[in-house]
Amino acid sequence: MSALPDTRDRGGPNQPLLIVTSLRKYFPIRGGLLNRQVASVQAVDDVSFSVRKGETLGIVGESGCGKSTTARLLMRLIEPDVGQVVFDGEAVGAQDGISVRDLRRSMQMVFQDSYASLNPRLPIESSISFGQRFQGIGKVEAAARSRDLLARVGLEPNRFAQRYPHELSGGQRQRVNIARALALDPRLLILDEAVSALDKSVEAQVLNLLADLKAAFDLTYIFISHDLNVVRYISDRVMVMYLGKVVEIGPVDQVYANPRHPYTSALLSAMPSMDPDHRTEQPPLTGDPPNPINPPSGCRFRTRCAFAEDVCAVAPALTALDPADEHAVSCHRETAGSGHSGAPAS
Amino acid sequence: MTATALDAPVAVPVKSPSHWANVVRRFRRDPIAVTCLVLLLLIIAAAIFAPWIAPYDPYKTSMIRRLQVIGAPHYLLGTDELGRDMLSRLIYGGRLSLFMGLGPVAIALVVGGCLGVAAGFLGGWVNTAIMRTVDVFYAFPSVLLAIAISGALGAGLLNSIVSLTIVFVPPITRVAESVTTGVRSLDFVDAARATGADTFSIIRVHVLGNVLGPVFVYASSLISVSIILSSGLSFLGLGVKPPEPEWGLMLNTLRQAIWINPIVSILPGVAIFATSICCNLVSDGLRAAMDMRR
Repeated sequence: MSALPDTRDRGGPNQPLLIVTSLRKYFPIRGGLLNRQVASVQAVDDVSFSVRKGETLGIVGESGCGKSTTARLLMRLIEPDVGQVVFDGEAVGAQDGISVRDLRRSMQMVFQDSYASLNPRLPIESSISFGQRFQGIGKVEAAARSRDLLARVGLEPNRFAQRYPHELSGGQRQRVNIARALALDPRLLILDEAVSALDKSVEAQVLNLLADLKAAFDLTYIFISHDLNVVRYISDRVMVMYLGKVVEIGPVDQVYANPRHPYTSALLSAMPSMDPDHRTEQPPLTGDPPNPINPPSGCRFRTRCAFAEDVCAVAPALTALDPADEHAVSCHRETAGSGHSGAPAS
Repeated sequence: MTATALDAPVAVPVKSPSHWANVVRRFRRDPIAVTCLVLLLLIIAAAIFAPWIAPYDPYKTSMIRRLQVIGAPHYLLGTDELGRDMLSRLIYGGRLSLFMGLGPVAIALVVGGCLGVAAGFLGGWVNTAIMRTVDVFYAFPSVLLAIAISGALGAGLLNSIVSLTIVFVPPITRVAESVTTGVRSLDFVDAARATGADTFSIIRVHVLGNVLGPVFVYASSLISVSIILSSGLSFLGLGVKPPEPEWGLMLNTLRQAIWINPIVSILPGVAIFATSICCNLVSDGLRAAMDMRR
């Protein structure tokens, strides 16, 4: 079942599976006379990152920060305004690159709402086999494959193949969604809050399943969640987003142990702790995130940041903190020579 | 994984009843809807097998047996103003009236359904073009629109079907569009798009199945309206022409006898009323039976 890495792996082990450069999506708000564009929601603004082969990249942030929009942009469910996506060395949609159709075979997505992401009128086997027909897989083979996958995600095919989504529990439905995503034998799986709607014990089961499948199918994950504990558990690297921008990205241990962006620190200190000695008494952040229709100029976090200075009116760039380019942060306070009073001496 | 251990192996594959099997099961629990469905089927059967059921020729007039009362010897439901047997005419009249009820709605269901699904799924300028055109028809009251179109096209069966179809396309389009818009925003449509499926296949497999139910229920509620409107057209002389037996037309010709024999005169109206209310109650029952949450 597991595809051979050597036939699909074009760029070699050092080529990142996904390189995203300056991805941007502004949703227009139309109104007034003649339906003119009166404003735009800056959902994703100048987002760049890369995903290495075989790793799990966690994406965290508050709701509305552009996590899901980023996922849908990567899947090309919505068209980006600007930006380039390179999949295993091949630019998506470019003349000599990979077509969106081929990209979708290699990249699949699991959605948060397990019920809404399954057609209520179709038995789950049909839901799983639907997409395979468009990638040149015959009907009989697709059905057999769907049953195999059901078994792989822990659902006995004889019992479940002909069931309808409303007869399954949330955890079972999410397993079906994972099976559906795996049906095209993808290399990259985007999990958009895939376990967030499940209760804790089921969530743990599904997380274990995901870890098993990752090894068995040679997968790379982009794991989107607002649950910092889960992200820490499953991710190799983590990317923190705020109002459509990447504020910090780095190895998960480094970011969690030593957050460099004030927003990341605030986010992590808001994390519920099991240890009574580590309870936070003070809210780490006050106020609501600003409206993405009119985000603050310069650093988007400066309206809520305790360290904001005049220099923050200029947008900071994502700057690497170490020569290996592992940990990067978008903050003047961490950038040498930025003019911020807290900036390290160069 | 852990769940496989919990699931004891089962030899027989479990096959859940399909959606429609569930709908039938729930529909059967609704006594009013079932009664109405049986009545409706009886009316349809009577219309289909009219030559074998009707006791007399519906066209045979008799000057001496005009306007017999209900229960008169040999004439169970009396006779009309030309001495024709009412029961036979009502049975034969069901043919045209039911045809006029079902025909325009069926055509409008296909046309309006396609337009609505296209508008709802494709969105953008396609949606604007279709829905704004449909809005134009909403500017006219439906009865007036049917009369105007029928009047312009001229009297006749075919023309009244055309006019009624035009009346029913806009509301069906609207319902189909709004349901499709709702379905399109669900994640399973995005998941289908993410597999690289083409738009037509997504509509066929994932959208139609979810849109058809509500649209079908709405259309079935229009059958009674269609029967009444077509009866109205016949009443005004724009639909079927005499001596053809048709409920609306019979009501028209019998209205002069309302003072002489009121009960016989309203019998076609009773037939229209009974058929309409059965259609409405069956469609209500269907709507309830299609609710997945029950």
